[in-house]
Amino acid sequence: MSSTTNYILGVYDDEDEVLHAVGEVKAKGIKIEDVFTPFPIHGLDVAVGHERTRLPIAAFMFGTLGMICALSLISYTMVFDWPMIIGGKDFFALPNWIPVTFEGTVLFTAFGLVTTFCISNDLWPGNPTLPLDIRTTDDKFVMAINVDKNKVSAADIKKALKDSGAIEVNVK
Amino acid sequence: MSHVVSPIREKLVTGGKSYSDVTHDICKQVEGEPTKEWKIAFGISCLVFIYGAYCLFYTWWQGIGVWGLNKTVGWAWDITNFVWWVGIGHAGTLISAVLLLFRQKWRTSINRSAEAMTIFAVLCAASFILAHMGRPWLAHWALPLPNAFGSLWVNFNSPLVWDVFAISTYLSVSLLFWYMGLVPDLATIRDRATTAGRKFWYGFFSLGWTGSSKTWARYEYMSLILAGISTPLVLSVHTIVSMDFATSVIPGWHTTIFPPYFVAGAIFSGFAMVQTLLLITRVVFKLEDYITIEHIEMMNIVITVTGSVVGIAYLTEFFIAWYSGVEYESYAFINRATGPYWWAYWMMMTCNVISPQLFWSKAIRTNLMVSFFLSIVVNVGMWFERFVIIVTSLHRDYLPSSWAMFSPTMYDIGDYIFSFGLFFTLFFLFAKYLPVVNMAEVKSVMKGVSSNFPAKKAKAAKKTEE
Repeated sequence: MSSTTNYILGVYDDEDEVLHAVGEVKAKGIKIEDVFTPFPIHGLDVAVGHERTRLPIAAFMFGTLGMICALSLISYTMVFDWPMIIGGKDFFALPNWIPVTFEGTVLFTAFGLVTTFCISNDLWPGNPTLPLDIRTTDDKFVMAINVDKNKVSAADIKKALKDSGAIEVNVK
Repeated sequence: MSHVVSPIREKLVTGGKSYSDVTHDICKQVEGEPTKEWKIAFGISCLVFIYGAYCLFYTWWQGIGVWGLNKTVGWAWDITNFVWWVGIGHAGTLISAVLLLFRQKWRTSINRSAEAMTIFAVLCAASFILAHMGRPWLAHWALPLPNAFGSLWVNFNSPLVWDVFAISTYLSVSLLFWYMGLVPDLATIRDRATTAGRKFWYGFFSLGWTGSSKTWARYEYMSLILAGISTPLVLSVHTIVSMDFATSVIPGWHTTIFPPYFVAGAIFSGFAMVQTLLLITRVVFKLEDYITIEHIEMMNIVITVTGSVVGIAYLTEFFIAWYSGVEYESYAFINRATGPYWWAYWMMMTCNVISPQLFWSKAIRTNLMVSFFLSIVVNVGMWFERFVIIVTSLHRDYLPSSWAMFSPTMYDIGDYIFSFGLFFTLFFLFAKYLPVVNMAEVKSVMKGVSSNFPAKKAKAAKKTEE
């Protein structure tokens, strides 16, 4: 969030109020940048208008990659590079490979998923970004409205926030 | 709002806490000076750790000849301790993943410490795996790395190699799951920080978290998927550990019941260990409003269920040993119950099968002292279970001339002590420097379940429903 952006912040102290307020504010034709909350609120992302995440697709693809990598490694080592007869079994002993393949799938899914999540949300160790209002990690719910991206005047936005139950309206 | 909670449900957070109270109560021990109790407890665990580290160093230096192993009993305390710790390490992921999938909200105030415990327990388990290799500095030989002796690879058909993959995947995925759960709470501490050091370190690890609704929505999906893949993962880990035994041809080990039996035992002992730690943590950190009698009771119910599964598995094993008609198999079991290690067998039976049945009484399962005592009894029993499976199956070989007994040396005992030192040192560090309760998750389940809920908020909730 660059400091030159002009934000109006509506501060709420209850999750139901902020969820309700999102609807009210949007009904007045105001575009909401985002809502910052101390914990996830079900339905808030939909109310604000965020698109459904594609993380599950990413997770599936990483899982598939993990499975392919594990099976390739095992079949390369056990069948092609140095085949050995073990317990009289075929070189290509697929049932015996299921455990390691499974673990590989899980490992790739987990790390791929978390990495994708961090990249898509711009989360990285040492990231100096702070919330617009630091009380959002404690007990306050903050609706941020970017004045520059709205046709509604700043005064009207402030009024709309107040009317929707904000306990404070701040400019940042 | 979105959650409809039945009024007859017990409250998950008592004492009429507000969101800000939750933040304050949990951050208190992170931000304050260490208490005297903490310093004493930490000091003792450090001493235990140092003594254990000496014993482990000596074991590494001299080799595993310092253990009491002999030609007949080639696996004893090392593998017993390994399986015991891995089993304990199952509860954290089970609580956070399986209970998340089942939408059990009571998990929220205990999942953080249970997951931390899991990670430390798996590290303890790993210490025995390394030690029992004899040459721990060659541990990387268990990985499929191209090596100096031509392209000889690890044997992917072997359960011991599966175990390497299972344990390392489990450790790293659990660590990841735990860390991602910590991020929002680390941000809370960052935003409350009054010292530059705290602001820097908690800021560094909180990844620039702001709590935007978009991030939260993705975060919820990520948690759900991680839970979805961790559930089969946690089941696979002890299944694979059991296959270390089950794919052998030793009477008493070569049984198909092992995977479910080991998994049930793992959940059983893991929950007991979580219970032990929770009962201490809630008193030391004054978290009685977050870890309530209800939580303790739920844990005890899971212990009873899994304890009963374990009990049925013991009886089934015995029945099958007779029903199979294999005389070696029958002998292995008769020897367990009536042979020279009868005391270990009956110790296991009493602790694991009889003691959890006491929890059928509500008075007992809601009694803190009894719960604490029984949670330790269960883990004593589970240690003996592994000892019985490993040592009594080995000590009477096919040839009576090679029959032997096992007696531990001070290094067997010292290496076990090491694992306790490691476990408690890490746990106390965690309890001091990280929030022991997942604040964000607890806040998300408080509404409608917190007592003395402010009237204004109740009204707002009603307004939204309309």
